[in-house]
Amino acid sequence: MYIDITNVNKQFTHKGKLFTALENVNLSIDRGEFICLLGPSGCGKSTLLNAIAGFDPPSSGTVVIDGCEVRKPSSRNVTIFQNYGLLPWRNVLRNVELALESRKDITRAKREEIARKNLDLVGLSGFADASPHQLSGGMQQRVAIARALTADPEIIFMDEPFGALDAITRMKLQDDIRAIRKENRKTIIFVTHDIEEAVYLADRVVVMTPNPGKVKSVIKVELGPSRNRTGQDFFMLRQKILEIFSMKHDYPIEYSI
Amino acid sequence: MSNKAVRYLWKKARALGWVALSFLIFLTVWGLASYFSNVNAALFPSPLGALHGFLEVLADGSLYGHIAASMFRFWSGFAVAVVLAVVSGAVFGWYVPLFRLANPVVQLLRPISPIAWMPFIVLMFGIGDMPAIVTIFIAAFFPVFLSAVSGVMNIPEIYLKVARNFGVGRFEIFWKIIFPAAFPQIMSGIHLALGSAWVFLVCGEMIGAQSGLGYLIIDARNNLRSDILVADITVIGLIGFLLDALLKFAEGRMLKRWGLEKE
Repeated sequence: MYIDITNVNKQFTHKGKLFTALENVNLSIDRGEFICLLGPSGCGKSTLLNAIAGFDPPSSGTVVIDGCEVRKPSSRNVTIFQNYGLLPWRNVLRNVELALESRKDITRAKREEIARKNLDLVGLSGFADASPHQLSGGMQQRVAIARALTADPEIIFMDEPFGALDAITRMKLQDDIRAIRKENRKTIIFVTHDIEEAVYLADRVVVMTPNPGKVKSVIKVELGPSRNRTGQDFFMLRQKILEIFSMKHDYPIEYSI
Repeated sequence: MSNKAVRYLWKKARALGWVALSFLIFLTVWGLASYFSNVNAALFPSPLGALHGFLEVLADGSLYGHIAASMFRFWSGFAVAVVLAVVSGAVFGWYVPLFRLANPVVQLLRPISPIAWMPFIVLMFGIGDMPAIVTIFIAAFFPVFLSAVSGVMNIPEIYLKVARNFGVGRFEIFWKIIFPAAFPQIMSGIHLALGSAWVFLVCGEMIGAQSGLGYLIIDARNNLRSDILVADITVIGLIGFLLDALLKFAEGRMLKRWGLEKE
């Protein structure tokens, strides 16, 4: 497969206590797939993403992308963060251009052209000279998406990218991400704790549970390219995932009447 | 004139009114104190006496020379201190073991008044511009250095992640990410340093110089000209205030650009 995650474990020591953030995670991802890592906080979904993106390698086990083991971040894969990661001292255009500044084969003019094209793609061509702090949260995240697309990556990692946005803006950006993906089929690995978001976006949903963080199950979302948030099959899938989470209570419950 | 402009002017006028009132009360208390006290006017000048002293050094042109000498020393010492402190602070803040190594000594040197070094400074550099410049350098260096170190240490993790992700180089990262990200904190260190450097300029010139606003204090004392002394002190305060206002303005502009505006 394109991405192979094999027997990945991750331990942290926090205040002298060792705890397991990821336990024996195995997962394979195809090129062009949209994967959502779904689970409550503490389930290790962001830890897993950081391991795949190379920011924080696993304690044991391997992550292999396209035949190469991941040890550090690569500019071929881009991460989009919840709090956008824009540089406040640069204007919007220069923020987007950052994606190509380490590429010596691209001229300054070409770099600006590509950046402007991607700003246009996310609907922000009129804000090239604005400062990030002058934009709303949703617009800032669009700038981050334009920056990611400018790098023309093979994989886009998204770490709860819409977590800080209001519900309406979030839905709009979910639609945008789907539209953008239709144009250029990047592999996307998307971390979220929002079941609806996962079902709406993903080809496969990786359901994770905490203490210790592990993959509970992987669900294929066969809803086709145009999805209806209020459709019957959409609800069925949400229901199914909700059931998986409640199965976590596998201890006996005592009743007294 | 529009309503808004009138309100703006009114607001400004009121702010100015407070300033005027503040000085009026101060000058009144001072004037009354000098009028009703029995202290010799040569030792405790009245506000009017101080004004005469001020006009005298203004008229004979000596004040300009002293201001120019002080400004030259101040800016040379301050500029060298800021540049060295920012560069070394960034390096020490980035390579943390290096800072751990330097920090104990820095913490020991920092609380020492620059004046304590004066005998060494005069022995090494002689009388002239250098003692004041070196004093200012010592006074300005530590606040800027420490703010640069802590600014670099506290750079939000996400900027560094973004830099790593887009392959920003080892040296490029200094001017693309580290300096600008730490800059607001460095700026507040510079602001702090400016105040104490100006204070120590006067000390430095009182000991090792033959000109400047600090020297003028000694000169006035030796000639028992307390009116010139008070005039000089006022000029020192005024220039210190202007320097601070200048930096505050620059800092405000910069914070605005960074989107960190203080309300």
